[in-house]
Amino acid sequence: MSKKLLLLGNEAIAKGAIDSGLTAIYAYPGTPSTEIAEYIENSEEAKELGVKCYWCANEKTAVEGAIGMSYAGKRAMACMKHVGLNVAADPFINSAVTRINGGLIIVAADDPSMHSSQNEQDSRFYGDFAFVPILEPSNQQEAYDIIEYAFELSEKYSIPVLLRTTTRLSHSRSAITIKTTTKQQNPLNLPKDLKQFVLLPSIARKKYKDLLNIQEKLLEESETSKYNIYKKGEDNSLGIITTGIAYNYLLEVFNGNVPYSYLKISQYPIPIKLVKELYNTSDEIIVIEEGYPFVEKQLRGLLNIGKKIKGRLDGTLPRDGELNPNIVAKAFNINWETHYNVPSEVVVRPPRLCPGCPHADTFLALKEALRDYSEGRVFSDIGCYTLGALPPYEILNSCVDMGAAITMAKGAADAGLTPAISVIGDSTFTHSGMTGLLDCVTYNSNVKIIILDNYTTAMTGGQPSLGYGKLENICKGLGVPEEHIKTIIPLPKNFETNVAILKDEFKYNGVSVIISKRECVITAGRKMREKFKK
Amino acid sequence: MKKDIIIAGVGGQGIISIAAMIGYAALEKNLNIKQTEVHGMSQRGGEVVTHLRLSDTQIYSDLVPIGKADLIIGMEPLEALRYIHFLKPDGWLISNSIPIMNMISYPDINKIISRIKEVKNHILIPANDIAKQHLNNDKVVNTLLLGACAPFLGLTDKELLNAIEKFFSNKGEQIIELNKKAFQLGFNFSENYK
Repeated sequence: MSKKLLLLGNEAIAKGAIDSGLTAIYAYPGTPSTEIAEYIENSEEAKELGVKCYWCANEKTAVEGAIGMSYAGKRAMACMKHVGLNVAADPFINSAVTRINGGLIIVAADDPSMHSSQNEQDSRFYGDFAFVPILEPSNQQEAYDIIEYAFELSEKYSIPVLLRTTTRLSHSRSAITIKTTTKQQNPLNLPKDLKQFVLLPSIARKKYKDLLNIQEKLLEESETSKYNIYKKGEDNSLGIITTGIAYNYLLEVFNGNVPYSYLKISQYPIPIKLVKELYNTSDEIIVIEEGYPFVEKQLRGLLNIGKKIKGRLDGTLPRDGELNPNIVAKAFNINWETHYNVPSEVVVRPPRLCPGCPHADTFLALKEALRDYSEGRVFSDIGCYTLGALPPYEILNSCVDMGAAITMAKGAADAGLTPAISVIGDSTFTHSGMTGLLDCVTYNSNVKIIILDNYTTAMTGGQPSLGYGKLENICKGLGVPEEHIKTIIPLPKNFETNVAILKDEFKYNGVSVIISKRECVITAGRKMREKFKK
Repeated sequence: MKKDIIIAGVGGQGIISIAAMIGYAALEKNLNIKQTEVHGMSQRGGEVVTHLRLSDTQIYSDLVPIGKADLIIGMEPLEALRYIHFLKPDGWLISNSIPIMNMISYPDINKIISRIKEVKNHILIPANDIAKQHLNNDKVVNTLLLGACAPFLGLTDKELLNAIEKFFSNKGEQIIELNKKAFQLGFNFSENYK
């Protein structure tokens, strides 16, 4: 029995997990990954089955939670955007060494072309680095189907599996066929060896060898996987290797009838046997992959001797950015003419803070309070408020990674730029800001930390902010003097008062925290509408 | 049957609703669908676009190829023009003529309108004005635009009206009727254009 649902790639992953006996998902929101956990959070079916969604303080705590769930024998999943895997790299890499108990899938959603990100790093390198299998579905149906397979693979080899998706798959909807049966959840069942997860050097050395020893088996799995497709073509002048969503663009260009032999990869390690067969039977090779030239680079090797390898490294395809059907057509010298050109009057419409956004009032007050100080001392972070770097505010001088607003301000203050100002969101603060604040308190650095408390994780659509109602106490607990923890309400009518409070704190030589408190207008509006409905 | 559609607008204008209504109608007809969405940073009052592909054969790419769109639906004139390179030579551009000027330097609107008029097949519809004038409600601009596009979607108006009913099913009879009226106003506008 089966039925059809119209799902986003992310929703297909979530639904696949529910149907495959998932017990819990752990996540920190981040575009383009957020809808995976959100789907489970809002799913009536998940509620009935007791499948839990845990929003976590950050990606590291999310992966650790999932590892703990796996330790207890249950199937778990942790989801994040690509840069979130940087934060979670430590538990992720080590979970390959400890190996797992219940099936464990780590989902990383990459964002080539940086639609909503600071870089376009390719998570497949992390999978390779950790020696774990990587799965990279090419369409929504495959994204759904591959989850069951991923859990089986994970449990068969007692290894975490990395699922890599990209923006276009995550955020595109298609009708998919789903199973009407749900796999039962695993029972609570601890590892047979209760020292399995103890990575003391003496144990770790042995476990690391074990990990290296199963690599050949994992390669065999890839070489026989139904998700890796090898198709012979009649024209031998070119052989094509394509991975993940790039496969769709290849099929689009040739309307499904590719004249050349091709290998579509959705499971790694790279299936060497299949690559070899393609290489031996084709005059040249072209590699088409979304993201970094991961396969291409390995195929070329350091010396690039042998047959010609075309792809992102020789300019056949652009070195950076997302692929599309036109770019792929061009790589085959197929000329798809365009009739209309975008006229020069069409200028960029940059995103901006919503009308009534509390951040706007905070920025206006901050700008005024900083009038007597030299420019270039405001360190910021990642969230809607980063738009304060653009006109009309233009007062932010950094956005590097979650939490860096506080620690970069400390470093700059250490260097003599005092007072250094830090602007950070409430959710970002609890994600990675608290530890930095402890650094500041330890050295009584002259930093002024403005926490923009809008009660939510706004940019990704309003997921819970775990520090809600706790921020003052967190700052007190970390040792910020009580008289230098101030609260302001960012409203136009409070402008003068807010400027005065900020100026006052700027004069104090030490750590100050100013919590600027007002709910995000989007979530406030949503709540109001829901209330009205009732 | 195969239709490649680009729907463009500004974050918050509800382009996903138009896509969803067309999607409902297409699903009922058992067509294959692919539809991209924009989530994240751009949603905050920036440029948003949806690629919507309908076909009775398999659809491969989630993205409509540049130069091959049958239809561009603009919720806003500047945004419609931003994706003009997607339009095939005999494709249709149907756009709201009322701009959203939420940016520091919006280009000369007359210039934008005249650029749209250079497109061989185009319909410019003052959707907000019509909605306000006839229905005293400009929240139905997207259904009105959907009505204006109805003759070019490869779906009958009956199929689309059913989809509207389905889409607004939990909003009550009044909202459904209001949106059906808006659809009809848009449809009539297109039928009588020029």
